[in-house]
Amino acid sequence: MTSSTIAKKKGALKEHQTIAYAFVAPYFLMFSIFIVIPVLAAIGLSFTYFDTVRAPIWIGFDNYVNILTNDDVFMQYVIPNTLKYAIIVGPGGYILSFLLAWMLAQLAPKLRTVLALIIYSPSLTSGVTMAVLWRVIFAGDSSGYLNSLLLQLGLIVEPIVFLQSQSFLLTIMIIVTLWSSMGVGFLAMLAGILNVNQELYEAGYIDGIKNKFQEMIYITVPAIKPQMLFGAVMAIVGTFSSAGIGVALSGSNPTPQYAGQLIVNHIEYYGFNKYEMGYAAALSVILLLVVYWFSRLSFKLFGSKDE
Amino acid sequence: MKPRRRRQKFQGTKINPKRFHPSQIRFLLILAPIAAFMLLPLLYIFNHAFKPLEELFYYPPRFLVQNPTLGNFARLFAVTGSSGIPMSRYLFNSIVVTVLVLFFSVVISTLAGYALSKLSFTGKRVMNEINTLALMFVGVAVMIPRYLVIEKLGLIDNFFIHVLPYLAIPVGLFLVKQFIDQIPNELLDAARVDGANELQIYTKIVVPLIRPAIATIVILSFQTVWNSADTSTTYINNDSLKTFAFYMNTLTANTNGVAGQGMAAAASLIMFVPNLIIFIVMQSKVMDTMAHSGIK
Repeated sequence: MTSSTIAKKKGALKEHQTIAYAFVAPYFLMFSIFIVIPVLAAIGLSFTYFDTVRAPIWIGFDNYVNILTNDDVFMQYVIPNTLKYAIIVGPGGYILSFLLAWMLAQLAPKLRTVLALIIYSPSLTSGVTMAVLWRVIFAGDSSGYLNSLLLQLGLIVEPIVFLQSQSFLLTIMIIVTLWSSMGVGFLAMLAGILNVNQELYEAGYIDGIKNKFQEMIYITVPAIKPQMLFGAVMAIVGTFSSAGIGVALSGSNPTPQYAGQLIVNHIEYYGFNKYEMGYAAALSVILLLVVYWFSRLSFKLFGSKDE
Repeated sequence: MKPRRRRQKFQGTKINPKRFHPSQIRFLLILAPIAAFMLLPLLYIFNHAFKPLEELFYYPPRFLVQNPTLGNFARLFAVTGSSGIPMSRYLFNSIVVTVLVLFFSVVISTLAGYALSKLSFTGKRVMNEINTLALMFVGVAVMIPRYLVIEKLGLIDNFFIHVLPYLAIPVGLFLVKQFIDQIPNELLDAARVDGANELQIYTKIVVPLIRPAIATIVILSFQTVWNSADTSTTYINNDSLKTFAFYMNTLTANTNGVAGQGMAAAASLIMFVPNLIIFIVMQSKVMDTMAHSGIK
């Protein structure tokens, strides 16, 4: 190889790099403006007092200290609610979507497609848009579908005010969210299961697998680990993103007696109702850390890279 | 005889069977009620949207519509918001916003996906890792700093604020990149030997091969942007620039009357049906993409 061709190659490499940067630039520009900078801003603001009128005042860890020691609503309602909601909707919804995908994979193609479409379609609706429907079903007088049904069956004598009730609101939020949670992660796991190499199963049965349950645990799950991980991350993000539903159902923030108050509503309340941006930012940072921690946990469970 | 029996049993419990077999009935028995539960609220919306006024007032309420009419849709289209802006204006805004988002999000995420998968450049590994990290990003958590950023950029009340935040979707880029990973390098190298430049390779080879992944971004973007009322609520004060999803929400938030419920159901249906149609048309392509969705 002569030196001129090497130089040419180097020039080509440089040109190659420039093209590559040009290709990724639009995406990463938008990504930076609307994702990276807001995250960094949240971290920065979380150490300040900021009421949007005057410039932010540096107050160190005060916001975090106040969240953990002075915020009764946060400790008494937001944390228990968020935990209960997140555990049922997160891992619960995730396991449910895996089991549904696994059962669907056992069916003949036409039947499977139809049922998969039905199970997936609620996730196409947005929680807030559907709130009107749920409000009619759970309406607090006898015109509500559920109340009317229960009255007819003689199970109750007085209509229950479901959506303003401390004992029902969170449960209804969980049901509604589960209903619409069979989304991208569900599809990914279904596609993964359908693409598992059939020979693996044959080999497994020769090696002594006896029933469908063993088959699922020892063959299917390990074979679709990457999809399981993708599904897990989607489930975690979906769980914490879907939290507007309580406010949409009950029609107020804070929700009645804080019955459906989740961390996202708490952030919104402090940010947009009380204009305590620094405090809201500290709550945001806590939320992002929680999501990150759960995602890391899923990477530990299903990841193949760093174990 | 024993191994043979085992093998026969295996045939019966096969995953991804080609046709129906009685052994599938047990799964069907579990799945059918669940599917019915999932379907019920959607059926309800359909029925409610087509109910004439007197049926909306029935007590006890009936699930199924008896004399379907388009009355609710007619009233929905006739109603104008408090600000005197007709519904068609909101619908028009939504369509423009959706088309812009779909087009540009497909272009920028496929360009970036191609570079992150097949081109070599400094910082590529870091960018891929950042994007995997961004899959865990929960948008609602940073709505306040995001608002401050958008305010600083002077984009409040700018029509394009409907479009810009939805262009970078980490999940979309991730799926596209995974999909492009499947394209053999030899194919691209052959094109390079023939003198094609990267832009030609992208338009002539990569884009046609990744149609399924493109279909998937289209669906994901459509779902987010068509259903989103947040942008109108948070960043837009000028009523004539707001979108249909926002209008829908104001309708549903103020449904005190029974007649309003019928209209709200009709509006929910208008929100939902385009999502459903797009998904049905593209579902096989989406499943194709999802097969490569795993995080390794």
